[in-house]
Amino acid sequence: MIIEGRALKYSDNVNTDEIIPARYLSTTDPGELAKHCMEGIDRDFLKKLGEKKILVVGRNFGCGSSREHAPLALKASGVRCIVAVSFARIFFRNSINIGLLVLESTKAFSSIDEGDELRVDIGEGKLTNLTKGETYRTSPFPSFLQEIIRRGGLGGYINVKGK
Amino acid sequence: MTITEKILATHCQRKEVKPGEFIQAEVDFLYGNDITAPLAIEKFREWGADKVFDLEKIALIPDHFVPNRDIKAAEQCKVLRKFACQQKIKNYFEVGRAGIEHAFLPEKGFILPGDLIIGADSHTCTLGALGAFASGVGSTDLAAAMITGKVWLKVPSTQKFIYRGSLPRWVTAKDLILYTIGDIGVEGASYQAMEFAGETVSHLSMEGRFTLCNMAVEAGGKNGIIQPDKVTFEYLRSRTTKNYRVYQSDPGARYSQIREYDVSCLEPQVAFPPLPSQVKGVSQIDHKPIDQVVIGSCTNGWLGDLRLSARVLKGRKVHPEVRALIFPATVSIYLQAMKEGLIEIFLEAGAVVSSPTCGPCLGGHMGVLGEGEVAVATTNRNFTGRMGHPKSEVYLASPAVAAASAIKGRIAGPEELG
Repeated sequence: MIIEGRALKYSDNVNTDEIIPARYLSTTDPGELAKHCMEGIDRDFLKKLGEKKILVVGRNFGCGSSREHAPLALKASGVRCIVAVSFARIFFRNSINIGLLVLESTKAFSSIDEGDELRVDIGEGKLTNLTKGETYRTSPFPSFLQEIIRRGGLGGYINVKGK
Repeated sequence: MTITEKILATHCQRKEVKPGEFIQAEVDFLYGNDITAPLAIEKFREWGADKVFDLEKIALIPDHFVPNRDIKAAEQCKVLRKFACQQKIKNYFEVGRAGIEHAFLPEKGFILPGDLIIGADSHTCTLGALGAFASGVGSTDLAAAMITGKVWLKVPSTQKFIYRGSLPRWVTAKDLILYTIGDIGVEGASYQAMEFAGETVSHLSMEGRFTLCNMAVEAGGKNGIIQPDKVTFEYLRSRTTKNYRVYQSDPGARYSQIREYDVSCLEPQVAFPPLPSQVKGVSQIDHKPIDQVVIGSCTNGWLGDLRLSARVLKGRKVHPEVRALIFPATVSIYLQAMKEGLIEIFLEAGAVVSSPTCGPCLGGHMGVLGEGEVAVATTNRNFTGRMGHPKSEVYLASPAVAAASAIKGRIAGPEELG
């Protein structure tokens, strides 16, 4: 699977309270959640996101509350992929479980500038910066997680293998 | 193997597991709340599931926005209530009969040593204090486990934290964990088990141990865990008649790191916004006026926390410019606090005592902050806007510091009260 988009950058320790503040958690509607996505950190997020569909973020992205509303809001607002130096663990598993693509790369964060054109090859775990002509290594997914991703999330996985 | 590895191995019918391995583990108990469970129930239906795997191993506890803060919250709670009724899930607990999930479940004997527990709430790690593996997951995980009774897990490596020395007066389990997070940072135990040990931990009450494990997630930890001992067994004696398995880390167990702390000279700690790791000793803090104090939550809403707060507040008055809000974590704690005269002390001091809820901790309701307002809270997160307005601030501290701050109208330690 190939994803192309422009980079939108945020720094370290972006937490789930910032991604979707708790006052908006009285709904499970992804569209409704998307309206308030990243409101706690950047009120112009949706405007900035526009054609930039790839988030490039620092360390510990998604720390804090286990609310799955956070990756859900990001996915519904049009984010195709998140490249982080590192993810907080519950956010990481929630993203895999709902089929939001997440990649870890230290080099990517320091090299990519906001607005750079990126291409992500999920199968090969390759991240290319088309603007700068650079390629970054990402941590490969263990085969177990690859299978969940291939099936579009945990739902597809357990329906086949569950019980 | 460590205690965490042993519990995980047992739950996937293996003799041994190693850090980094992926396993499908059987779950002994799972739960969700009024924020996370509706999303899980939606998935459950979307996937075409018709029955939960076990009627007794699932608990649904509305605790975040209850009593219903608005119409939408009321609808969310209805989803839980109806689902529990349709599925005949036994452990649905209505507001007024439960409290905050992580405090209520152990109180009623649902959590046993050696169990594998998942909760769709990040503070599920609290329950590791009983020598169980307990870890927070998301709603999709909860949905899958409700159907299959299983959860996918990566076996974590374990970091061991050994505390030595007696805690000085007014220094609590909360100060231990804040100090630890200050030392290792908010990523210091990412994806790892945090095993707490040492003579200081042995002398902590069960409640203090819950506080310690509660904030493991604030250092990125997958679970916090304490080996069961006589304090654990005494706590369980009146709460369960079931058999349970006690696991211990082997003397030769592999740890990713072992850290030792002498806490005999530790002073009360305060975490500055916006991270739980930005910690200072209370005596090092300059004049910082406050608007609100919150005592409660799954971290510090235990009976011992209320007793400590009452000791500080007794015969004194909350500063005229401060609102002090007190939230017993469960109905039983509330009732006991009432019998002991603690509630009277709080009300006479000018504090508000609320029904058990997560409410203000996450800026939900029952004490949200306005622009520029500052709170001292015994809760677990001080992220930007966590308790309300994006330009409000939360300082994390123990109940003793929170109560002293309420009286002084600024961040203060109980020693200052004389």
